Amino acid sequence: MKGVEKTVLKYIFKRLLFIVPTLLGGILIVFSIMNLTPGDPGRQILGMNAKQEQVDQLNHELGYDKPFFTRFGEYCIDLSHGDLGTSYRTRRPFTEELVSRIPNTLKIGLSAFVLSSIIGISLGILAAVRQYSLVDTFSSVTAILFASIPGFFLGMILIYVFGLKLGWLPTFGASSFKHFVMPVATLTVATSVSLLRLTRSTMLDAIRQDYIRTATAKGCSKNRIYWKHALKNAILPVITVMGMSAGTVMGGTVIIESVFAIPGMGTYMLTAIRAKDIPVVMSSTVLLSLAFCLIMILVDILCAIIDPRIRERSIG
Amino acid sequence: MNTIRKENDNQKEVLLSVEHLRVNFKTDKAILNAVEDVSFKVYRGETLGIVGESGCGKSITCMSIMKLIQGNNVIYEDGKICFEDVNTLSLSDKALQEIRGKEIAYIFQEPMTALNPLYTIGNQMSEALRLHVKISKKEALKQCAHYLEKVKIPNPNEVLMRYPFSLSGGMRQRVMIAMALITNSKLIIADEPTTALDVTIQAQILDLMKELQGEFGCSYIFITHDLGVISEVSDRVAVMYGGRIVECADTDTMFEKAKHPYTIGLIASRPHGEMVEDRLPVIPGNVPSLNNKPQGCPFHPRCEAVMDQCRKSFPEAITYAPGHTVACWQYIKE
Amino acid sequence: MKEIEKTEYIKSKSKGERFFENWSLYKKNKAAVLGLIILMIFVLVAVFADWIIPYDAAIDQSSAERLQNPSSQHFFGTDRLGRDVFARIVHGSRRSLSLGVLTTFFSVLIGGFIGICCGYFGGKFDTIVMRLCDVAVSIPPLLFALAVVAALGANMTNLIIAITAISIPGYIRVVRSVILSIVEQEYIYAARMCGSRNGVIMFRHILPNAMGPILVQASMNVASMMLAAAGLSFIGMGVQAPTPEWGAMLNDAKDYMFKQPYLLIFPGSAIALSALSLNLVGDGLRDALDPRLRT
Repeated sequence: MKGVEKTVLKYIFKRLLFIVPTLLGGILIVFSIMNLTPGDPGRQILGMNAKQEQVDQLNHELGYDKPFFTRFGEYCIDLSHGDLGTSYRTRRPFTEELVSRIPNTLKIGLSAFVLSSIIGISLGILAAVRQYSLVDTFSSVTAILFASIPGFFLGMILIYVFGLKLGWLPTFGASSFKHFVMPVATLTVATSVSLLRLTRSTMLDAIRQDYIRTATAKGCSKNRIYWKHALKNAILPVITVMGMSAGTVMGGTVIIESVFAIPGMGTYMLTAIRAKDIPVVMSSTVLLSLAFCLIMILVDILCAIIDPRIRERSIG
Repeated sequence: MNTIRKENDNQKEVLLSVEHLRVNFKTDKAILNAVEDVSFKVYRGETLGIVGESGCGKSITCMSIMKLIQGNNVIYEDGKICFEDVNTLSLSDKALQEIRGKEIAYIFQEPMTALNPLYTIGNQMSEALRLHVKISKKEALKQCAHYLEKVKIPNPNEVLMRYPFSLSGGMRQRVMIAMALITNSKLIIADEPTTALDVTIQAQILDLMKELQGEFGCSYIFITHDLGVISEVSDRVAVMYGGRIVECADTDTMFEKAKHPYTIGLIASRPHGEMVEDRLPVIPGNVPSLNNKPQGCPFHPRCEAVMDQCRKSFPEAITYAPGHTVACWQYIKE
Repeated sequence: MKEIEKTEYIKSKSKGERFFENWSLYKKNKAAVLGLIILMIFVLVAVFADWIIPYDAAIDQSSAERLQNPSSQHFFGTDRLGRDVFARIVHGSRRSLSLGVLTTFFSVLIGGFIGICCGYFGGKFDTIVMRLCDVAVSIPPLLFALAVVAALGANMTNLIIAITAISIPGYIRVVRSVILSIVEQEYIYAARMCGSRNGVIMFRHILPNAMGPILVQASMNVASMMLAAAGLSFIGMGVQAPTPEWGAMLNDAKDYMFKQPYLLIFPGSAIALSALSLNLVGDGLRDALDPRLRT
């Protein structure tokens, strides 16, 4: 048993090591996109009417006049020391902004992720187990409806109904629990819908397998068949998609935060992108990608724990 | 439940009697009759062989015994399946769970997919036992290892820890067999259990099954298309074609005095010692598919002795000799 | 048992009959037919937009007619610049629909081509592409698209490029796995043994068999691509004013929604309804083309 644990740890370590080249690649892609296109931060900050000398002066101060690969190298070296850079626009260190903004984003993102996983998966199982029942029809219809309503529209409807008409909930800002209700609800709906549809179909697929017939022939009860034999098989693809949906949630927060005017990472990034504030865009991307990579590794480990075939293939 | 019904004809106890079983599948376009008016009996301690080409309804018939075929599109109509005088078709799910695996066990024919890929062999085997017998996990595993040994699996204790994907098809099939035998069921339905195995193992497994029959007095229903296996293991044989039983007799009678043209063709087309010609005789034509079954006797398009009557309706099964029934117009005299 | 019937069923049909079969399967799904009808209406509106209402009505500003409620003159009212909302929705359909369709088309084309090459040739090329895909998907997709649009500049073409770029890795993976499962099959060995050239095998033997799953995947994705594009336009990173586009129209409505909720309702419903029709059609196609996925 000890040997098994060792190989698992080795596998996890290998996967963690693999993050470095992946992230470097990602950084290079985003860095090139942000840098190799026309426009410079000096011009962006000082405006169209500023003199060219002033702009050049500012670009020099920001270090933007150095060659592309020098800047890329410098950025990576700073990053390896934990220095996430300084904003071109505000001249304040990135981490300073981060501290005030990340809690808001984390609150929205995490609660939406957890809630949508719980709602999506349990409704999906219920719909599959009671195929063609009222629950199934209802959740399938709701799912396809909500899959078609974009988050920003749903958010605005909520603002209109609960914020403006009924006056129950504040429509913007992030100063109290109430402020988070609508953003989280919006994001949860959008994410849980895809999980629901997937769970339903994988569960239905699992129920039709031969091993379910074997279990029935052994004398297993319906519940035992669903919860022991079918669910474990059905949940594998769902876990993978849950990882992907973490990425969707991250992207979703950008839009949701701007709908509800929440000072979070999303709105921060959006401003930075508009202002070509490269260090901020880069460091936010790096942080979010890192989180995303870690989640995907977690997903792989979970899958390997559940499925011996994956364990065999990846750990060897 | 345990009232024993005596049969007058040969004083054997009837364990299972299937009466006028019909299994229909409702599809969007039509109702497909997979099994039509099938009746047969299985006595205690005997082995009944069911022979037929694939798609003739033999697996569906046998799965119906445990009501394994369920769903919105399945219709059983008014047939009856009496296992120890209980009609399993009318039982609740709860009551069926008591019978499945304990009274009747089933050996499935798909060794690659019939085991859950995410649980160890030990887990799945001990589950079969522990669902019906109150013993500890450790005891159950010990029992499992014992049965794995019986089906000639080397290192049973190690195999119990392994997952289905790391076993070969033959090994998995033997695990399936061991899993069905472990509860000492009264009736064991074996659906082509030895097809995936090589000949030596096959013979060993068949011997083992016979040995257990002597020990516990269980009955077998042996589904196969291999007449060699049938002649070796079964006491009686039922031949199925197109969802119906066309002939039923004890094994010797069947091989020597078969009456139905399909059975005759089937027996003639198997290789045997004193072959005169170089080529095996074959039955011309193919098995009809469910959605375009011929009217009347399903075998008539391939039958050499076809008569007008055969195209119109299916003949009632008649008792040709004691214990030998045949459903063919040739033997029905007005 | 059902599976057995089905395979027999499919084997015995010719190509034309199979199309008819698929269509009759599709037709049975009432929701999918409804989706198709709604989609057709949207497509017709997009194609004949100029006949329905001139483009000028969608961009002509008039301070006298600002923020008017729906009336017989302006069916859906007017926005903050006095532009006719009905006209903007009619002409916006061209952008919003083509965003969904074009991005899907390009990503299937590019992703499909790369995926086929990966699956068919394997080896180093495959490894490199797959590693690149790993890198690309490590960036949360919408953020990646945001960066692309921000760098290239916000307009319709760049929006298409951005959305296409984020969905290509997914298509490469799907197509590759489909191809891998086909390459292993006997008839491909047979074709190779007969000495067919790579190109012939790829396009005559593999592609037609891979088309089904790829089309299903694509049709399921059109709606989400459209929604992603609308989302980017909504945060100002897509189609720019004064060009009418539904997502951008919603953004315009933000400050006026309390008094003029119709500014929110009409474009929002247009997005939701078209996405719904695409989703229904996608589901219907999946059910008709891929019996294995049928639920």
